[in-house]
Amino acid sequence: MTALLEVQDLTVSIPSRFGEFTAVDQLSLNVLAGEIHGVVGESGAGKSTVGSAIIGLLESPAHISAGSIRLQGDELTALGDEDYHRLRGNRISMIFQDPQTSLNPLLTIADQLVETIQQHRRIGDREARQLAMELLAETGIENAEQRLDDYPHQFSGGMRQRVVIALALCTNPELIIADEPTTALDVSVQKQILGLIRNLAEQRKVGFLLITHDIGVIAEITDRVTVLQHGKVVETGPTAAVLGTPQETYTRALMAAVPRLDTRLERFRNIVTEDKRIDGESRWAVDGASAAYASNWLLGGDKVARHHTAAVGRSTERPDNALLRVDNLDVSFGAHNRWFSKKSGFKALSDVSLHLHRGEVLGIVGESGSGKSTLAKVVVGLVSSSDGTMQFNGATLPDGRHRPRSHLARRQIQMVFQDPYSSLNNRRTVEAILTEPLLFYKLAAKGPDTRKLVASVLELVEMPQRAMLKYPHQFSGGQRQRIAVARALMARPDFLICDEPTSALDVSIQAQILNLLKDLQSNFGLTILFISHNLAVVRQMADRVVVLRRGEVVESARSEDFFNAPQADYSQQLLRETPSLDLLGSPG
Amino acid sequence: MHSGMLTFIARRLLQSVFVMLAVSLIAFSLFRFVGDPVAQMVGQETSLEDQARIRDSLGLNEPITTQFLTFAGNLATGDFGYSYRTRQPISEMILDRLPATVELGIVSLIISLLVGIPAGIYTALHRGGVLANTLLISTLVGVSIPTFVIGIFLIFVFGVQLGWLPTFGRGDVVALGWWKTNFLTLDGLRSLLLPAITLGVYQLTLTMRLVRSEMQDVMKSDFIKFATARGINRRSIHFNHALRNTLVPVITIIGLQFGGIIAFSIVTESVFQWPGLGLLFLDSIRYVDIPVMSVYLVLIALMFVVINLLVDLLYVAIDPRVRSRSEAS
Amino acid sequence: MIARMRRYAIENELLYLFLHNRIAQLAALIAIIMIGGAVLAGFVAPTDPNDLASYDLLDSLLPPSWSEGGDARFFIGTDDQGRDLLSAILYGTRLSLTVGLLSISFACILGVSVGLTAGYLGGRFDAFVMRIADVQLSLPAILTALLIDGIARGILPQQSHDDLMIVVLTVAIGLSLWVNFARTARASTFVEKNKEYVQATEIMGMHPVRIMLVQILPNILGPIMVILTVDLAVAILLEATLSFLGVGVPPNQPSLGTLIRIGTEYLFSGEWWIVAFPSLTLIVLIVSVNVLGDFLRDALNPKLR
Repeated sequence: MTALLEVQDLTVSIPSRFGEFTAVDQLSLNVLAGEIHGVVGESGAGKSTVGSAIIGLLESPAHISAGSIRLQGDELTALGDEDYHRLRGNRISMIFQDPQTSLNPLLTIADQLVETIQQHRRIGDREARQLAMELLAETGIENAEQRLDDYPHQFSGGMRQRVVIALALCTNPELIIADEPTTALDVSVQKQILGLIRNLAEQRKVGFLLITHDIGVIAEITDRVTVLQHGKVVETGPTAAVLGTPQETYTRALMAAVPRLDTRLERFRNIVTEDKRIDGESRWAVDGASAAYASNWLLGGDKVARHHTAAVGRSTERPDNALLRVDNLDVSFGAHNRWFSKKSGFKALSDVSLHLHRGEVLGIVGESGSGKSTLAKVVVGLVSSSDGTMQFNGATLPDGRHRPRSHLARRQIQMVFQDPYSSLNNRRTVEAILTEPLLFYKLAAKGPDTRKLVASVLELVEMPQRAMLKYPHQFSGGQRQRIAVARALMARPDFLICDEPTSALDVSIQAQILNLLKDLQSNFGLTILFISHNLAVVRQMADRVVVLRRGEVVESARSEDFFNAPQADYSQQLLRETPSLDLLGSPG
Repeated sequence: MHSGMLTFIARRLLQSVFVMLAVSLIAFSLFRFVGDPVAQMVGQETSLEDQARIRDSLGLNEPITTQFLTFAGNLATGDFGYSYRTRQPISEMILDRLPATVELGIVSLIISLLVGIPAGIYTALHRGGVLANTLLISTLVGVSIPTFVIGIFLIFVFGVQLGWLPTFGRGDVVALGWWKTNFLTLDGLRSLLLPAITLGVYQLTLTMRLVRSEMQDVMKSDFIKFATARGINRRSIHFNHALRNTLVPVITIIGLQFGGIIAFSIVTESVFQWPGLGLLFLDSIRYVDIPVMSVYLVLIALMFVVINLLVDLLYVAIDPRVRSRSEAS
Repeated sequence: MIARMRRYAIENELLYLFLHNRIAQLAALIAIIMIGGAVLAGFVAPTDPNDLASYDLLDSLLPPSWSEGGDARFFIGTDDQGRDLLSAILYGTRLSLTVGLLSISFACILGVSVGLTAGYLGGRFDAFVMRIADVQLSLPAILTALLIDGIARGILPQQSHDDLMIVVLTVAIGLSLWVNFARTARASTFVEKNKEYVQATEIMGMHPVRIMLVQILPNILGPIMVILTVDLAVAILLEATLSFLGVGVPPNQPSLGTLIRIGTEYLFSGEWWIVAFPSLTLIVLIVSVNVLGDFLRDALNPKLR
């Protein structure tokens, strides 16, 4: 059987002021009709560029500098602009990542579908409309007839992605390129959309090129997979074979870095051999600074106390003597009571109770809109509660509005944020960023000591000391997240809140950061509130798990119990819908 | 029409009333506290008793809030008081001057939109082309040349050197009731040409630059990429998809353009001795004719508020998101 | 050393773009020359137009030196009072630039502090400030400037009015332009405020004033720089317009606007140079500032790249 799409030795170059950059390097792959071919890789692997190259939408100055792309034997790279454009939609179509921005906000769904259909087929308005309705129904939109005349903003995210798929499908293309089609969606919706793609491939015999960073998605629905690194193919073949028994070191390492739902690892294997030097200079150091110095400083006077209270084997299910205790917490947004209108607002959290013992890691799990980030914000005082109480270290913890600026908890509770690109102030040096907590909390006087501490803590988070002289934008996402962790440590906290600390990172970097957090936790007996939408990640970190849904606690259990036998229906559903690597056996 | 939309409009109306009140407060303070109204009205030889009598009859001894309410009430009912300089009722002066400014403004607005929008679309779609670049550079020069220099240049070329067009005044006008129009005589139209171009050039370049940058932003959006990936023809992508989305922000700016036109009509009228409101305002500043200044201020603010309201309504008509947002709130 | 500078030039986005934009370089060069000429007017100008003894009515309305009837002493001719036009333009540019820079600094400081505070605090203060901005926006800049100028005329006696004219102009133009700064600062602050690095300092319990000045302000300087440049052109234009309308600087002090105003009176009798050279100077000045503003705007707008 000849392939639907044959890509051979495709090379895409991007000239830039730093010299010519090869985004895709001699890539070859085949897609058969009715087959889903996955392209997987970390950021910078060039996977999206492959998609744009095939559909002929590379953004200038990127261009194909060598190789061939054949669609059922027709060479595409030789096509002129106009011929290529006629081919788009007709024979190749594309699905983009973000359904929020892929649809024209000012036109109804019918307008967009009918226009696309009539672009490629000479049929009347009524017929096109009928076809549009059938397509919507086929992609799983209920009441398709009524919904035709709705505008995009009237659909939810998942529904919009269905509309996008209907639009990509309405011209009967032979090949659809799906670029991260489920990345912006919650797991339950992701599962449905992936199922839809699977069905369409089988029933309509459409070939799919599915581009994603998520190995779970690859394992879930692709037939074949191509693994990319730095624009080059590392390994390609049937999905089960490539992921189950990877031949190449990179693939094996990549698989090892993916957190599993079924097992908890003590440490991940580090797969990145990062160049620790910055600017090729590594020998810059502050006198006397070392990771050991930082450890000593962090453990400080109450070293003994901490180690003894660290919860080892002790039952932590009861809230007595907990470090943090939250009782019946309510938070609502947008509520107001003015002379002309009364609004109850949106309830972000309702009647949430939980607790956390010293040395314990509590995982908070939930989909978007579950209120998990709000919970973090209430505890650190960014958001005020409307009802309920909080206790920290045995004393009442006032909410945001009533917590004085000098409150002790402001030092003791520190936070690591999700987005390392926005959590560090780009206009300040790393040294200034890390020195700030020291001076602010009066933990050290300005002088050589602060510098020594900053350098030592950087060592502790496995960053070169020289990093302190640089600005955040000079670092990668993973390095920035290390700096963010260092900043939290500078306050000598008792309690660390991590809000999706790895969800903006590649899996290999995620593994590193999780390792770092695990090390810090065990060495310093840190108490951590670990928030994530990713159940597999939570499994790696948490001693106990709390599941949130629409602001309410659905389940609260010890981690092992939860992952082996979840009690609530919703928890079971969440676990079922999380893409799993089960079929691939245990990590190598 | 949904009730939500009515509240949306009602809220905008409320805001407009607030703006009008604030502006009339400024106008009132101008009138009341800048210089002494009585001293302005009377001659040197008026006795102190007479001055006191006038002060009393003007209500200047009443509590300040009462005075403001009277002032605002008078404005609202079209009683604008008298000019210090000409002793004429201001309402008459305004009505006399209004048509000249309105006709000038409308013609220049039409010029600026008719040329500016297509030119903006062209430069956005043909990035880097020779004509597009030429247009772009000329707009940069266009926004940089002060209106009065453009006017002087046009006068010098078409009036002084070529002698083709009149360079000052309205020329022959036809009276339709109290409204004197330029549109019905050849001389009137010829007289209108140079001032209208002068006033239109700056707005034109602004319109063009705005349409261009908005259109470029839209062309980079995901839904345009998606439409391209579906093979929708370029014409429809440009005009049905991109232009429509471009118009949403452009409408706001066109609303603000009215402001520019009114403001720069002062300059244009001064260059061409065009007997409109701008010239009246300029004279009132030169001769510190406070009542005329404050009335002009209130009138301009009123025009703005009305135009902005219209813009909001247009928004509702064009953008379905605004419709449902206003319904939701 | 050179290699390091070269690498810096590649890594620094703004500098790189500037080094590859001929038009922006040219504009910067012209702006520097004009500012230099204006600053050094006292040294480079052949005569001092403010010094009554330096000119003679007998020399009035002389054409440029290269044309018929020109006088070698007056390179581009003289005005109606016999002042050397070149000197008048140099001094006039100095006055225009002084007023422009003063008023834009005033507008910037006022607008940014108000906008930063409003954006950061939100709530009532924000609503109040934005309402004021709405009202002010409903009055175009030139109108506001005219109005403030008119009020000053009403309040100040004639004599001190002339003396204080620079101050009045600065305040009038500054007050008519602060809204742009306030809105830009507010919008950018709004974006920055919700970024996690600001939240981190809020969690610490840092004082709001310190958060605004130390954390947020450095991050919103980009868009403010753009407004600063673009509105500098507007301020110069406003000053020239007000002076042209006869409500700006007093007629005895040469500014570009007053020179053009004087020149228009001689337009019909053929003495074109009195209008032409000041107009040209004004246009070149504003164009070069605008080119720089455009360059900054494009360079700092990631969407266009």
